[in-house]
Amino acid sequence: MNLSVKIGSLTLKNPVMTASGTFGYGEEYSEFIDLDRLGAIVVKGLSVVPREGNPTPRVVETPSGMLNAIGLQNIGIEAFLRDKLPFLRRFSTPVIANFFGDSVEEYVSAAEQLSGAEGVHALEMNISCPNKQAGWIVFGTDPKAMEQVVRAVRKATTLPLIVKLSPNVTSIGRMAKVAEESGADAVSIMNTITGMVIDVKRRIPVLANCTGGLSGPAIRPIAVRMVWEAYKCISIPIIGMGGIMNAQDALEFLIAGARAVAVGTANFVNPSATVEVIEGIGHYLLDEEIPDINDLIGSLKMVPRMQS
Amino acid sequence: MPRYCNAVVDEHGFVSRHFKLLRLRPLSEMQEPKAGQFYMLQAGATSDPLLKRPFSLFKREDGTLSFLYRIRGKGTQSLARFRQGDSIRVIGPLGNRYPVPQGDFIAVAGGIGIASLLSLLEGYPGRAHLFHGARSAEELVMGEEVKRVAKEVIIATDDGSAGMRGVVTDLLAVRLGMTTEPLLPIYACGPTPMLRELHRVVADKEVRCHVSLEEHMACGVGACLGCVVKTTSGYRRVCKEGPVFDMKELAW
Ligand SMILES: Cc1cc2nc3c(=O)[nH]c(=O)nc-3n(C[C@H](O)[C@H](O)[C@H](O)COP(=O)(O)OP(=O)(O)OC[C@H]3O[C@@H](n4cnc5c(N)ncnc54)[C@H](O)[C@@H]3O)c2cc1C
Ligand SMILES: Cc1cc2nc3c(=O)[nH]c(=O)nc-3n(C[C@H](O)[C@H](O)[C@H](O)COP(=O)(O)O)c2cc1C
Ligand code: FES
Repeated sequence: MNLSVKIGSLTLKNPVMTASGTFGYGEEYSEFIDLDRLGAIVVKGLSVVPREGNPTPRVVETPSGMLNAIGLQNIGIEAFLRDKLPFLRRFSTPVIANFFGDSVEEYVSAAEQLSGAEGVHALEMNISCPNKQAGWIVFGTDPKAMEQVVRAVRKATTLPLIVKLSPNVTSIGRMAKVAEESGADAVSIMNTITGMVIDVKRRIPVLANCTGGLSGPAIRPIAVRMVWEAYKCISIPIIGMGGIMNAQDALEFLIAGARAVAVGTANFVNPSATVEVIEGIGHYLLDEEIPDINDLIGSLKMVPRMQS
Repeated sequence: MPRYCNAVVDEHGFVSRHFKLLRLRPLSEMQEPKAGQFYMLQAGATSDPLLKRPFSLFKREDGTLSFLYRIRGKGTQSLARFRQGDSIRVIGPLGNRYPVPQGDFIAVAGGIGIASLLSLLEGYPGRAHLFHGARSAEELVMGEEVKRVAKEVIIATDDGSAGMRGVVTDLLAVRLGMTTEPLLPIYACGPTPMLRELHRVVADKEVRCHVSLEEHMACGVGACLGCVVKTTSGYRRVCKEGPVFDMKELAW
């Protein structure tokens, strides 16, 4: 049975990776699972300059989900390469560096710094950040801004480049197409959906940042739909994520057209979620007698429904 | 040793109107916990409530783990419905511990903060001067156990239904003001407003003060950066570098 998939020039032993920001830099969960079993490890979003992040509360639970407003706290690329990457190099699992910036220049220098490092196998651009040089418009919600930043980063790196799309857009298919045309090797769908929770007693937002990103099972149907829409519009691989808790959920994404999947919030609930998803996908392929996972990807059947 | 396992509910009952005691028997061998550490407990059987909730180790005996908790919102209401024989997934022990006290010490507990401090007191019987504050006599749980292990118990309640009427930090301030010898180290756990008040009380004093903090948590293992507190050296994770911090390090 083959579980291996390709994202650009990168070969993964299985299609299951971690979602950025939910797995730290790998160390925390290494005592719960064998990191060698993962398809890839996507690390917490990095920037050239370290970020302090938002005040607390930064997280709040919502029905079957959670909101987070961490504020992209991170130790900076330099400290990551020096203090965190050596640990990850001990494993055979490829490392995908998620990064962001608040200007095109910052994205480019981040990509350059990460590309030179031994042990970084691919880059994932988080474009759900505002551009401080262009009226704080979020790169990932404006096709022009997105095209500009993806093109610039494309020139700065030869590593496989994954663009992580924001769901806070009108047409995910169009944004996926723009990413493809601007030089992306793959897209990740999706980042969190902006949400808000209010403490009615005190009449204040629960999160210190007011709004936060919604993740977890609550967003899964939206994410599956977005993967399916994008799959019809582009030919580069899609990495699907959003509320995957178990193998069944991951299979929905693969059938909708995702070449790989990422497990995020589920890690918090079940530290061995990723490994259980990998095992469950294997069992499904055996049961369904599918020898190669690539035969499952995008295999959604559109059958006419009988009206009774 | 695995820190994620299944446990069976051995006993689960009310100790007071809003407080329950949950005793779990882990189904596999787990790491030995230290006073001050905590566990993430599964709060429901479905995806709502989704996240596990943090609870301090209250007692460790005969291979069981006990937790004393207050029913507050959705998660604890759901947790309260688990029955004897049900299984619960737990992650732990997590976080750091209370530093080992050298000689006598002062413990300051606010409300459910007693859950975390009692495991410290039991480790060092007869050495703690406990300042115990609660809303009312009814919420002053574990009174008998506390008397058994503490050297001295000073009580304050908001409504005066037990001990002095008022806040426990005021009583502590009076005691510290009267003391002429070097001050005993302080260990504190309770609601954040109480800890902030304690911060003010000890600000100008030569005293070591170890506080166990609470923050909203998602992962409990240091991965999400949801639970941070501002310290003199930037944000630190309550679940990983804490929950016990030296008061002097907090940027309050
Ligand atoms: C390290 C640690 C140890 C803890 N030990 C214990 C314990 O031994 N016994 C016990 O009863 N409780 C303990 N708590 C607090 C406990 O985790 C919360 O009361 C619980 O998560 C509330 O969940 P809920 O869904 O019932 O309440 P929610 O509906 O989530 O919230 C009810 C109210 O409590 C507030 N709240 C929620 N979570 C927290 C939190 N972590 N800290 C402060 N306020 C919060 C909310 O803002 C809201 O106002 C501990 C917390 C931490 C961080
Ligand atoms: C606490 C937290 C932090 C996150 N941080 C990042 C980040 O730094 N960069 C990024 O691209 N996505 C980040 N995400 C988004 C996730 O990678 C993922 O896209 C999203 O949570 C949906 O997947 P899930 O429902 O499985 O969690 C974060 C999500 C959470 C919950
Ligand atoms: S709860 Fe996730 S880092 Fe502390």
